[in-house]
Amino acid sequence: MCTLELGRWLAFSACALLVAAGCATQRSADVPQAASPGGRLDLGTTVTAAELANYFSYPADGRGLPPGSGSYAQGEKVYQTKCIACHGDKLQGSPLGDRLIGGRGTLVNNSPAKAPVKTIESYWPYATTVFDYVKRAMPFNAPGSLSNDEAYAVVAYILGEANIVAKNEVINASTLPKVAMPNRDGFVSPDPRPDAP
Amino acid sequence: MKSRGRNDDEKTRRKIEAMVEAEERYLAQLRREGLDSGAAPLRTTDRRSFLAVAAASAGGLLPRIASANAAAGAVERAVPADPTKVQGTPTNDDGGYGSRSQFESEARWRFGTPTKESSWTMTPLEHGMGVITPSGLHFERHHGGIATIDPAKHTLLVHGMVEQPKKYSMADIRRFPSFSRTMFIECSGNGLTEWSKPTLKTVQGTHGLTSTSEWTGVPLALVLRESGVKPGAKWVLAEGADAAVMTRSIPLDKCLDDAFIAYGQNGEAIRPEQGYPIRLMLPGWEGNTHIKWLRRLEVSDVPYQTREETSKYTDLMANGIARQFTFVMEAKSVITFPSGEMKLPGAGFYEVTGLAWSGRGKITRVEVSSDGGKSWADAHIQGPVLPICHARFRLPWRWDGKPAVLQSRATDETGYVQPTLKQLTDVRGLNGPIGSIYHLNAIQSWGVAADGSVTNVHA
Repeated sequence: MCTLELGRWLAFSACALLVAAGCATQRSADVPQAASPGGRLDLGTTVTAAELANYFSYPADGRGLPPGSGSYAQGEKVYQTKCIACHGDKLQGSPLGDRLIGGRGTLVNNSPAKAPVKTIESYWPYATTVFDYVKRAMPFNAPGSLSNDEAYAVVAYILGEANIVAKNEVINASTLPKVAMPNRDGFVSPDPRPDAP
Repeated sequence: MKSRGRNDDEKTRRKIEAMVEAEERYLAQLRREGLDSGAAPLRTTDRRSFLAVAAASAGGLLPRIASANAAAGAVERAVPADPTKVQGTPTNDDGGYGSRSQFESEARWRFGTPTKESSWTMTPLEHGMGVITPSGLHFERHHGGIATIDPAKHTLLVHGMVEQPKKYSMADIRRFPSFSRTMFIECSGNGLTEWSKPTLKTVQGTHGLTSTSEWTGVPLALVLRESGVKPGAKWVLAEGADAAVMTRSIPLDKCLDDAFIAYGQNGEAIRPEQGYPIRLMLPGWEGNTHIKWLRRLEVSDVPYQTREETSKYTDLMANGIARQFTFVMEAKSVITFPSGEMKLPGAGFYEVTGLAWSGRGKITRVEVSSDGGKSWADAHIQGPVLPICHARFRLPWRWDGKPAVLQSRATDETGYVQPTLKQLTDVRGLNGPIGSIYHLNAIQSWGVAADGSVTNVHA
């Protein structure tokens, strides 16, 4: 996928970039020629593993998921306290928060009079995304405040209410990536456009 | 299942109604201030003459106008009856940062979401001139409010599949070779209310989620090279430092091609609502990928399947399958004058003008029709035409006073021609009142009635 081999960029890469970016009048003399071997400018500082531990993103295979776990019952308690105000007592959503469950079978639709019901249950292809997003940005009034256990538990509760996982199943770094979401195969890429006319 | 989706239908309806209401509030405010766009293109002149009359009747200096507090970005000053007879405002009395005329009041308006933190505002394209959007009128889309960030404390991390993870202060970033590029950013949700029927009244409502600035920054390829991307890497996760901690996965090819990290906008530091102190720029791609308040880049072999690239910003087709990673903003154009809610005072000469843009490169042709697409005339495109940038087009037009339907149609350098709405929905279907939501780039129609009033129509 990486068509441009970085080594090719050595001396003229910065200039080439600028030209590609629409700055054709930029002369190569304007570009620093003081790059060290490998074309590097030796800017910035090294970053430690400890610093990086403050950040996360979890792809669908679950790599990097943190320790901890949560159950449906634990998640129900978290949900009642921290999620219910926006997402509703039946996870039905409100003007403040998205509906979380339901909607299976509504995605095939060609009528402007009806709307598809896109929820975690009906639409989201990966359960890892739910954990990532809850831990990242929820609850709205205290984003990023849930512990790993709380986030796993909320996911267990939502997936349980959605009848995607059994209510006695524990969600953790090992089980989360294995959850089979109903709409897992509902997405296509790459982009097929231009598609019209 | 008769009740299927009722909640969601209601939510969608509420969403559209809220947008209609937000636009209506803005229009009502303009009317109250005597700025009814019905008088366009002469509306500001009208207000000026009104004020001049008021000033004259006050017999000299006019104190603050009770009914019109200064518009956002303006300072209300006393208006002399004759500006040649009194000294003007003292030099540098603005504190060293200028403001616009108190007689100008066009503004972004906010979509009426329940929270002000997850919301968006539209650029008033109908009042725009040339191709640059003033920084203060650039459209916004926020998912967790506008982050307030001290640049002295902000860092950008680069890690993942790289030889050397690195950290950059703002001072470090400023040391890289820099360049400037004038380009548009468009939200892929631009026009989402217009899929099934004409809904919003103004071009600000139908097309206001696109704006153009001159952006200054650093090629992303140079930053990645400092760390050395490992073989097998294919994606880069970009993360923002806002309350949404916004994340999108970007193909590495794009990152090494024309992507850049911007710290400048229209000659000054990027605005807070545009991502101060730095924002990712991906020329021609949907606005959501231009991560604001950029704090982290993680190189990977796979996309991260973030919430924004799965549950949102995917295009659900009628067959129930959604397109994912639909990044490019395809060629599009719209007539900004005359446009919805304006009123032409009578038959005769007008200059039809508007904007055209394409995420795939330069606009090469813009055609204008006054008969709903039956016949077309080539518009003049103002040069220089820049790739992936708003292009201003103009065409002289003599209106015969009869009902007309004005349209514009853009062609870009790939040969792609802007489609009709029917051509789009024939392929993508119409999955609900707001269809597949994203990437509506169809030809826009403005109906001109015999009385000169201009409305949003589907034709």
